[in-house]
Amino acid sequence: MTHKASKELLRVENLHKQYGDNEVLKGVSLTANAGDVISIIGSSGSGKSTWLRCINFLEQPTSGRIIVAGEEVKLLPGKKDELKVADPKQLQRIRTRLSMVFQHFNLWAHMTVLENIIEAPIHVLGLPKREAMERAERYLERVGVWEFRDTYPAHMSGGQQQRVAIARALAMEPEALLFDEPTSALDPELVGDVLKVMRSIAEEGRTMLVVTHEMGFAREVANHVIFVHQGRVEEEGNPQEVLSKPNSERLQQFLSGNLK
Amino acid sequence: MEWFDLTVVTGSLPEFWRGLWMTLHLTAIALVVGFGFAVPLSIARLSKNPWVSAPVRAYTYFFRGTPMLVQLLLIYYGVGQSEWMQGMWEAGNPFWLLFRDAYFCALLAFTLNTCAYQLEMFAGAIRNTPHGEVEAATAMGMTRSTALRRIILPSALRRALPPLSNEVILMLQGSAIASAVTLVDLTGAARNVYSRHYAPFEAFIFAGLLYLAVTFVLVGLFRVAENRWLAHLQPRRSASAQKD
Repeated sequence: MTHKASKELLRVENLHKQYGDNEVLKGVSLTANAGDVISIIGSSGSGKSTWLRCINFLEQPTSGRIIVAGEEVKLLPGKKDELKVADPKQLQRIRTRLSMVFQHFNLWAHMTVLENIIEAPIHVLGLPKREAMERAERYLERVGVWEFRDTYPAHMSGGQQQRVAIARALAMEPEALLFDEPTSALDPELVGDVLKVMRSIAEEGRTMLVVTHEMGFAREVANHVIFVHQGRVEEEGNPQEVLSKPNSERLQQFLSGNLK
Repeated sequence: MEWFDLTVVTGSLPEFWRGLWMTLHLTAIALVVGFGFAVPLSIARLSKNPWVSAPVRAYTYFFRGTPMLVQLLLIYYGVGQSEWMQGMWEAGNPFWLLFRDAYFCALLAFTLNTCAYQLEMFAGAIRNTPHGEVEAATAMGMTRSTALRRIILPSALRRALPPLSNEVILMLQGSAIASAVTLVDLTGAARNVYSRHYAPFEAFIFAGLLYLAVTFVLVGLFRVAENRWLAHLQPRRSASAQKD
C-alpha cells in the first residue's frame, strides 16, 4: 500500500471468530490508510463477510484487536468465548465512523428515501434537521437518485435502493465505508450503476473496504486486494499483480472460476 | 309494513342515542387506554429477561384464553365477594369503591382484554421487523432504545394497523356484553325497547343498523390510516419510479 503521506484509519489485528467448533476466521489482519480502497475477495464461506461484520461488531469476534483512527475498541471477555464490548458508548461512536452498505440494502421500509438519509445524522450525530437535509440532498444528487427523494424504497429498483443506501452511509461522513457484497443481490443489468457510483466515490479519496465478487472492481478501483480462504488471508497485495499473477494455487483456482 | 312499526323506533330514539353514546365511549376509552399500555407491554413481552416477559405472557394467556363476559362478571360480581374488599367499601376507600360501579368494572374488563390482544399483535409485528433494518440501525450507531423508538416501533405499529382494525371492530361488537352488568349500552337500550313494546324486530334491527353504521365509519377511517401509514407496502401509485 504505497499511498500518499498516509494516515492510518483502520487496523484489524489477528482477528479470530468461532461459531461453536467451527473457526470461521483464523487470525486475519489488515491496515487501511486514508484513501485506501481494499477489496476482500474469496469464495462463499471463506469468512470474508464475517470479517467485515466483526469490524463494526455486528458480530462479536473471539479474539483480536480493532483500532479505528488510533482509538482501540475496548473489549472484555464475554460469554461463549466471544469478546464483549467494554464501553457501548465508544462502540456507538466508532460505528458512526464506519458506515456500512449491506448486500440487501437494508433501507428502512417505512421511511421515504430522504427520511432514510437524514435519520441517523439527526438522531445519532445530533445534526440540526436543516443541515441533515442539505447533506441528504447533496449525497442523493451525488449517487444520482435525487429525484426519488420522496419515494419509498419498495417502489424502487434494487440498483436505486443500493445507491440510496450508499448515500445514507455517506451522509454520516464516516472515516471509512464498509461494503458487504453490495452488488450480489442485484439483477445483472443493475450492477453497473452501483459500481459506477462506488468507483466515483473511491476516486474522491474515500477509504473503503469492499467485500465483493466483482473482480473488475477489485482490479481497477482497489489499490489493495486480500484473498481470503478458509478463514485465513491466503494472498494479498497490489490488485494488478495479485490478480494477474497469483502465487497460491487456491487463488489461481478461484480466479479461473471467477474471471469473466 | 306490518311486522316493522317505525313508531316504536322513532318514539325511542333518545334511548337509542344514549345507548349508542354509552357503547361508543366505553369502547373508545378501553381501546385508547388499552393501546397506551399495550405498546410498552409488547416490548416487555419480548424481553429476554424471563422476570419481565413471563408475567406479561401469563396476563395475555389468561385474558385471551377466557371469554370477555367471564372476565367482566368476575370483576363485577367476584371482586365484591372478598371480605377484604367489603372492608374497604365500608371504610369508604374511594379507589376500591370504584369496583361497585358497573361502568368502571366494564371499562376495566374491556381495557384489560383489548390490551392483551393489542400487545400480542404489536409483539408479533415487532418480532417480524426485517432483521436487516434493525442491523442497519445498529451499524449506524443507534442505541437499542433509539432503534426501538425511531425504527422498530414506527415500522411495527404501521404493520399492525390491519389486525388492529379487526380488534377495534371486535371490541365495538363485544362491548354489547356491558348490558350484562346493568349498563344500558346500545344493546341494553334495544333490549329495554323490546321488552317495553314487545317489538323484537324494531328494537334489534335498528340497534343492528347502528352497529353497522359505526363499523362502516371505522372501516373507512382505517382505510384512510392505511393509505397514509402503509403506503410503503402498497403498490406504487405514480409512475415516478421506473426501473433504472
